[in-house]
Amino acid sequence: MQKSLIEREAHSEPHRGGLVALYRKELADHLDSKRFFLILLLLFFATTASLGGALSNLREVAEESTTFLFLKMFTTGSSTIYSFATFLNFLGPLAGITLGFDAISSERSQGTLNRLAAQPIYRDSIIKAKFLAGAAALFLIVACLGAYVSAVGLLMAGIHPSLEEVLRIIAFLMIAWVYICFWLALAIFFSVICRHAATAALACISIWLFLSLFMSLVAAGIANTLFPLEGIQGLMNMESNYNLELGLNRLSPYYLFSEASTTILNPNVRSIGVVTMSQTVGAIAGPLSLGQSLLLVWPHLVVLVALVIVAFAVSYICFMRQEIRA
Amino acid sequence: MEDRIILETHNLTKRYGQVTAVEDLNLSVVQGEVFGLLGPNGAGKTTTTLMLLGLTEPTSGEAFIQGFNCTRQPIEVKKLVGYLPDNVGFYGDLTGRENLRFTGQLNGLDPTLCEERIGQLLERVGMTQAADRRVSTYSRGMRQRLGIADVLMKDPSVIIMDEPTLGIDPEGMRELIALIRQLSTQDGRTILISSHQLYQIQQICDRVGIFVKGKLIACGRIQDLGRQLENEGLYILEFAVSPADEGLEKRLQELEGVTQISRNQDGMFHVESHRDLRPQLLPLLVEGGYELLHLHQRGGDLDEIYRRYFEKAGEQGDHPTQERKRSGLLGRLAKKPD
Repeated sequence: MQKSLIEREAHSEPHRGGLVALYRKELADHLDSKRFFLILLLLFFATTASLGGALSNLREVAEESTTFLFLKMFTTGSSTIYSFATFLNFLGPLAGITLGFDAISSERSQGTLNRLAAQPIYRDSIIKAKFLAGAAALFLIVACLGAYVSAVGLLMAGIHPSLEEVLRIIAFLMIAWVYICFWLALAIFFSVICRHAATAALACISIWLFLSLFMSLVAAGIANTLFPLEGIQGLMNMESNYNLELGLNRLSPYYLFSEASTTILNPNVRSIGVVTMSQTVGAIAGPLSLGQSLLLVWPHLVVLVALVIVAFAVSYICFMRQEIRA
Repeated sequence: MEDRIILETHNLTKRYGQVTAVEDLNLSVVQGEVFGLLGPNGAGKTTTTLMLLGLTEPTSGEAFIQGFNCTRQPIEVKKLVGYLPDNVGFYGDLTGRENLRFTGQLNGLDPTLCEERIGQLLERVGMTQAADRRVSTYSRGMRQRLGIADVLMKDPSVIIMDEPTLGIDPEGMRELIALIRQLSTQDGRTILISSHQLYQIQQICDRVGIFVKGKLIACGRIQDLGRQLENEGLYILEFAVSPADEGLEKRLQELEGVTQISRNQDGMFHVESHRDLRPQLLPLLVEGGYELLHLHQRGGDLDEIYRRYFEKAGEQGDHPTQERKRSGLLGRLAKKPD
């Protein structure tokens, strides 16, 4: 008895051990799972398709301008195929949802949650480990795809990136990662509040489709209703109409990411939003430096990070207040 | 060492809105004891076990395990207490061994000690052959045995089991009961079992607490509870005679103190009375020319104790009339809409 007590004292190591063990298991589960493989495959094919489009159009693009040609690998598609940045914008959320939609509800339905909670770990380490492991898996996905596009650019097109381009690509990939992490956090939130994984998945997917496909229509509809563009009044309303539509669109992380990625990957984008003629007077046309591009979309980045934090915080609070019993 | 109190609760109460799941529970369990928490489904047994583990916060009152407050020091408590939930779940994609290893890691066990313990425990619960198969292929009994190994991974001094015998075949049940007894007598662990399966509980528990609608209505050793009932005037006599005719039933009714007479399919008489009938019964049988085939004085067994206590609780409270069935009594009662 005494011996086992001493033994226990020796092994009553800090609680961080629980988080690390959980994180390792979750990450291993992700990397081992079929769904991770499938989503990676899907994104890989989409990337390959977009690269095909980019390579076929690269010659025309190069005739116009050869500056920042390497970045064109990420932003050029063809008339029929989206660019890599667009694909990532649209399909990235699916990766986040796939990795998170049953994070908590599967533990519940398997009956492992109460067994897990009965171990000497803090309860929040369960949800923290799940989010961190999902984020790590997403980081791998994004990094792989970025490396794949760059490698094809180097090998097939024979163009080499400048330092500025490399930094811009890294910045873009980081933003994409944060953007996808938002969807992971959202999916985890639904997995906490929904009893069934299928409900959580459906909820996530409907939000994803709404924000990606229909938000722009809704924004345009609302803007046109409030500030009609017909007649003489229409001319007066033009600016308000546009600003309202843009503001509404920017509620969606989809739009935020698309603006941010366009600005980061294209140094020639000098402004987002409305610019009057008087404002452009005297401006010298030329690419922005990376710092200036980042400054331009800084609010977007802050909002994206904040969205991740808010989504995770809400799911964290819900999880901590929930009854453990099934 | 003998009477060291390991687990105690003081006026532990849990309310969910209007519903009181557990009310003013005062319990103490001493070291090395097997304590049975009995009650129908929904009596608050699981809520109690969750509060003891710090997984649910009590509305009022406190619980202590080895001096640690279960609500405020849950990590310390969970280091000491192994919990086997009802319908224990494992990660289906991992093997039994991997599941145990994960539990070991969560408990911060040293890897070599962890592997060593996994081997010993798998041996102990008889799962060595199946250890490297995925848990999704396991039967319910195997899961339960793996569950016990899982609980023992942290070498707990207290084990809480929630309905451990549910859905296990008789042979598995026998092994399980032997194992639980071994955990108590050989290892000196304190065990708290919650169950509604009276027969199994009777075999292993040193003491039982009877739980009805969130209240502990009786607590003590099974024999003491039985004696307590006798003192309150409940005698149950079971006997079989030949020939088993109607005349005897009439004569029995004339005896003083008889409250109820019934006969089951086999012709066995079941007589409840306020006093010991045996002295009167034998002359009566001899007189009538009956041959006595079987005689059994009941009252000391848990089924009866439970039934009487439950009835008493029902009389005091607003509970509907009890069902007078001998088998599966609790299950039926639990299913009856209130």
